[in-house]
Amino acid sequence: MSASVNYDQVEVGTELPAQSFPVTRATLVQYAGASGDFNPIHWNETFATGVGLPNVIAHGMFTMAEAIRVVTDWLGDPGAVVEYGVRFTKPVVVPDDGVGAVIEVSAKVAAKLDDRRVRVDLLATSGGDKVLGMSRAVVQLA
Amino acid sequence: MALDPSFIGRTYPPTAPYEVGREKIREFAEAVGDTDPAYLDAEAAKALGHQDVIAPPTFPFVLTYRAAGQVVNDPELGLDFSRVVHGDQRFAYTRPVRAGDRLTVTCVIESIKSLAGNDVLTVRGEVHEESGEHVVTAHMMLVARAAEGE
Repeated sequence: MSASVNYDQVEVGTELPAQSFPVTRATLVQYAGASGDFNPIHWNETFATGVGLPNVIAHGMFTMAEAIRVVTDWLGDPGAVVEYGVRFTKPVVVPDDGVGAVIEVSAKVAAKLDDRRVRVDLLATSGGDKVLGMSRAVVQLA
Repeated sequence: MALDPSFIGRTYPPTAPYEVGREKIREFAEAVGDTDPAYLDAEAAKALGHQDVIAPPTFPFVLTYRAAGQVVNDPELGLDFSRVVHGDQRFAYTRPVRAGDRLTVTCVIESIKSLAGNDVLTVRGEVHEESGEHVVTAHMMLVARAAEGE
């Protein structure tokens, strides 16, 4: 592992560059195929609304995959992620309007740990709702 | 009906090895829109100290979710999957998954709780390379919402 971020140059509160990730129905179909999760709530509006959802929703694991990009892009080596966990608090609703939804992710260093590791806390929102809670990664810095 | 807490600790047989291919990693990385060279270019991955292209951090879920089918569909446990939502997910990595790995998953029921009438089930998936090397542990928390009238 070889992260390009040096532990000594990072402080608690250091903000990582925030990013926005668009999601359309096509994104969800592609993710379903790649991940093997074909639950129809992620692509079939009739089914999704039939089980009480406002519309088709993104896979929680898709949102989790997007959020960590803020961290891996900062690190320079995605292999430097030691732990990563999230709670799925609200769904990302993806309407079939040609626009879809946007997942906004910000992150900051929350703690400096032993062995040149830091804990990064992430904030992910979509349409103003917090979609991930307790979203944290432990990463190995140089 | 509430899940039986005596299932806590139940361990399922390891899955047959899943061989991680470079093109599967590429397919997954493209599906999440992430073109990090460590996922796509073996030379770039080697420059970072990896033996081959590595997989994105959430890739192991492809295997552990499939393996958790043993638990979710265990007729003795009796989980009603139609009422299940994914509550939270956590990974602890010994190293990243990489192309060429042959990975098995061993599922363990880590906890069963009842909260406000909902069943909360946590399944741990231990992912090992065929050689025995530990790669990653995944914790998946599922919430089965109480049926109406219960």
